[in-house]
Amino acid sequence: MKRSQNTCTSASAARTILTVVVAVIAVALSPLSAQQEPKLEASVIHILHVQGRVYMLVGGGSNITVQLGDEAVVLVDTGAPQMSEQVLAAIRTLSQKPIEFIINTSVDEDHTGGNQSLAQTGHYNTGLAGEQAGASIVAHLRVLDRMTAPPTVKETAVSQESWPTDTYDNDRWDLFNDEAIIIEHPHAAHTDGDSIVFFRRSDVISVGDIVTPEHYPVIAAAKGGSINGEIDALNQIIEIVVPRENEEGGTYVIPGHGRLCDRNTVTDYRDMVTIVRDRIEDLVKKGDTLDQVKAAKPTLDYDGIYGADTGPWTTDMFIEAVYRDLSQTKNQPDQRATKPGKKSGQGR
Amino acid sequence: MRAVHRAMILASLLLFAAAFMPQPARAQVDLSGEWSQTAGPDNTTDPDIGDYTGLPINDAERLRGDSWTAEKWDQQEHECEPHPADYAFRAPGGMRIWAETDPLTKEITQWHTMVFFLGVQRTIFMDGRPHPPDYAAQTWTGFSTGKWEGDRLRVSTTHLKEGWIRRNGLARSDKGTAVEYFIRHGDFLTIVSIVKDPVYLTEPLVRTEHWVLNPGYGLASYNCIPKHEVDKPKGWVPHHLPGTNEWLTEYPTKFGIPLEAARGGAETMYPEYMQKLATLPPPPPPPSPPKPKETAGAQK
Repeated sequence: MKRSQNTCTSASAARTILTVVVAVIAVALSPLSAQQEPKLEASVIHILHVQGRVYMLVGGGSNITVQLGDEAVVLVDTGAPQMSEQVLAAIRTLSQKPIEFIINTSVDEDHTGGNQSLAQTGHYNTGLAGEQAGASIVAHLRVLDRMTAPPTVKETAVSQESWPTDTYDNDRWDLFNDEAIIIEHPHAAHTDGDSIVFFRRSDVISVGDIVTPEHYPVIAAAKGGSINGEIDALNQIIEIVVPRENEEGGTYVIPGHGRLCDRNTVTDYRDMVTIVRDRIEDLVKKGDTLDQVKAAKPTLDYDGIYGADTGPWTTDMFIEAVYRDLSQTKNQPDQRATKPGKKSGQGR
Repeated sequence: MRAVHRAMILASLLLFAAAFMPQPARAQVDLSGEWSQTAGPDNTTDPDIGDYTGLPINDAERLRGDSWTAEKWDQQEHECEPHPADYAFRAPGGMRIWAETDPLTKEITQWHTMVFFLGVQRTIFMDGRPHPPDYAAQTWTGFSTGKWEGDRLRVSTTHLKEGWIRRNGLARSDKGTAVEYFIRHGDFLTIVSIVKDPVYLTEPLVRTEHWVLNPGYGLASYNCIPKHEVDKPKGWVPHHLPGTNEWLTEYPTKFGIPLEAARGGAETMYPEYMQKLATLPPPPPPPSPPKPKETAGAQK
């Protein structure tokens, strides 16, 4: 665990005691016990119980994952800033326990916009040692780098209260909140600061914008994203999730936006991204220009599912991102393995 | 006075009979039992590659089918996929149907079906509950609700995982929905399905499957556990790049069908198409003996 700012001091013991005290008070004041079924109320924010201790909040700007421990709450992403009040109200219908960790899956504002407001309600950092009081905001180091970059580099100014307070800069970091929480960092996928968060006992993984089942993946080149890194990340997720019988359910996957997924959904998504990558790569190798690639309609068979003509991420933007990425790397040797051919035939 | 007495007796008899007669307003039919599949007009047990005839598909679906290869079943992630609800009745094997009743009212609250292939069990809710929100997970059986229309059970299904229009690569997208009618005539059951797909179909696709009551049929278990069977690179996704699938002409050549007709489309569903068919050029000549050729799709 690398402290990114307000470096941790020798106050850990005091912090632990305070944590316990706060938790005990919270338990005493809470109208909900761990055994009670949380009350799900209809509001602008929709609540979906995924399984185990994990819930998915929909409508806050991005999907927000809520994990309920006996003493504390863990969030994955915080949605848009203007939705924080309603997000918090939705969380409070599930638990009155303090928020301990907020894990950001990327630097995107629709995933980090509620950091400040929601962290302030938390308790991990007391503020006694001079650090920012409230919940710990966890992210890959690249997220902090981008949030704190000079104004000429970053897109918009991000308040210091929204910055990650605890970062990691290797491939994995583990937390615990009444179950193991395993955070893994795929390299250069949607961005270069992505995290996927696996709640091991609940058997739920929250993956941010690496999976968006209702539109093509956003390859944010300006934030270090890449098409091949995206495919690698999708394969990394597929390796973690285990389906129940008949390739359904089992480990559930909470995407950055859109409906709840399982391995089959992610596999179909991976297949689509790989096929489109291969088609565009083939055209790039033939020397086609971007306009020629667009004219070839390499996404035609998937546009009705994932495409868009308007909005923040159109089909053209996706094709252009993949084209530019592959054009930069087309002179690199092809590492893909070959395989014997086989006639397409009848399956089952 | 005697006439009044007769009328009272007749009315009493009618009331007595009405109390024990089936409720005509519901007109429910017992669908339960073990059923065997019969060969139907829409059975397509082993479709040929490139046979898109008689299907109301668009260009996006043609590209989807042209890119497909049966090597998909060598991907561990796809090995144990069952057929979704709108296609499951077309797979070979028997079917069991049974009802679940409310213990107090004795009303049927759910119908269940289980088909042989992978033993997929489906629930049709009869209690009027709403369908889940869009953000709920999709499943192979989808979410089905039913209601009786006369003596036909009408079933509406949403939340389906991506499935098949035809099992040679023509996909039904996850935006597709289905309406089915379960119609029983004595020992025979007809299931009519109407599939709509805004992504790949230009018109609804209507199909029927026929079943015969077979009380002695025993539905065997059919389990599947995915495992690594074929050595492939991590993330391997087999497919044909556009314009490289040399097998697409095999079907029209084998059956003497013009290539354009084999490509399907709504007009190929209707009898009037026979007139156009007569004007189309003949199919391409048989290809030379094929030699192994690589398909695309190894992971970098």
